[in-house]
Amino acid sequence: MKIAVNVNGRAYDREVEPRLLLSDFLRHDLALTGTHVGCEHGVCGACTVLFDGEPVRSCIMLAVQADGHAVTTVEALAPAPGQLHPLQQAFWECHGLQCGFCTPGFLMTLLPFLEENPDPTELEIRQALSGNLCRCTGYQHIVDAVKLAAERRRSSTE
Amino acid sequence: MKPAPFEYQAPASPEAALDVLARRGGDAKILAGGQSLIPVMNFRLAEPALLVDINKLTELDFIRQEEGELRIGALTRQRRVERDALVAEAAPLLHEAMPFIAHPQIRNRGTFGGSLAHADPAAELPAIAVALRARFRLRRAGGERWAPAGDFFAGLFTTLLEPDEMLTEVAIPPLAPRTGWAFQEIARRHGDYAQVGIAALVTLDESGRCREARLVYLSVGAGPVEAREAARLLAGQELSPAAFAAAAEKASRDEIEPFGDVHATAEFKRHLARVITGRALRQAAERARNGRHQGGTAG
Repeated sequence: MKIAVNVNGRAYDREVEPRLLLSDFLRHDLALTGTHVGCEHGVCGACTVLFDGEPVRSCIMLAVQADGHAVTTVEALAPAPGQLHPLQQAFWECHGLQCGFCTPGFLMTLLPFLEENPDPTELEIRQALSGNLCRCTGYQHIVDAVKLAAERRRSSTE
Repeated sequence: MKPAPFEYQAPASPEAALDVLARRGGDAKILAGGQSLIPVMNFRLAEPALLVDINKLTELDFIRQEEGELRIGALTRQRRVERDALVAEAAPLLHEAMPFIAHPQIRNRGTFGGSLAHADPAAELPAIAVALRARFRLRRAGGERWAPAGDFFAGLFTTLLEPDEMLTEVAIPPLAPRTGWAFQEIARRHGDYAQVGIAALVTLDESGRCREARLVYLSVGAGPVEAREAARLLAGQELSPAAFAAAAEKASRDEIEPFGDVHATAEFKRHLARVITGRALRQAAERARNGRHQGGTAG
């Protein structure tokens, strides 16, 4: 099947099999390997991307369903090579990752969360993270990173 | 993990989708949000020959007031139901339960009708639909029927839906005056499947006694489980802590059949059911007394 998908602002036309998962389409067909594939059944959250601006799990969507839609992946965050998005910067400073496998999914989950809730409580942060698994950090440093990112985001927009 | 090969069709109208189901229903699965179907296809626990993707049927994506009822289209995303002001006003029980359904990433794709048609006994929406006495519109090529939620759920992942039928719309009647509601569930982590959950409604009469109570549980049987005997114990009673305790005892001991699993024994789940029944009844009765919801149509 022919599909036309906008990924990170760029238009792609591709021929895909209907059974191709969106996560595999991003990684294998478009070589955007920042989106990670963990459990492949919608539990771990590593493959989270934005679909028309909302976070979804790309491993339980078909690529053909993205036809005519816009997808944003972690590759869209950093403004330039060697630079980090403020959320990534906060993860780095707070040690919000060790192996980094889950990080793209956390970032893509948290980006719209902070848009919607610029001043979250710790409980709200933990609930927002509850659909993403991290086996290294114990989450505490991720929570710290979200707090730092939220604080900087607020002071820069005030 | 990859799904096994399948034929894919994405019809452009409900009629076209129903035509496909009329011809091929036996081989076909309907793909709505896909949040339950695609995982089982990834595991190859399901290998449908034909996938009928209904995501282009935007006419099934709606929330509106019609003939005094709240009507929700089957393809309406759960996230939209969660955020919708009309739902919050007309069906506060539903509004309160929505954030308990998995995670935002799932609710952004998952559909209202998809969760109901999937009929997972651990899902929130089937229990809510039974508690609210919702009715389901089941269409087939050249015909349709309406089924009450209480009849629709026929067992474990099983509904009244025939292979050529599609759930297109759900009608939710208004709450009676002086009705309070509560939704409670216990999960090991926010967003996980509930170990046990309850949707409760309490309606008072003009003297402040209980006219009617409804207690519907999730995760304690093959589908949503309504505790009718426990509800009968409350009817006509003053809503006292003793009355709540008696109802909670009756429901958790005699009317639910939880399965033990690695995280909780059946006995522990009965205990949890008893505790959350008490909490839900107290909260629902409080809301009924405060008259936060006077019933009738919203908006």
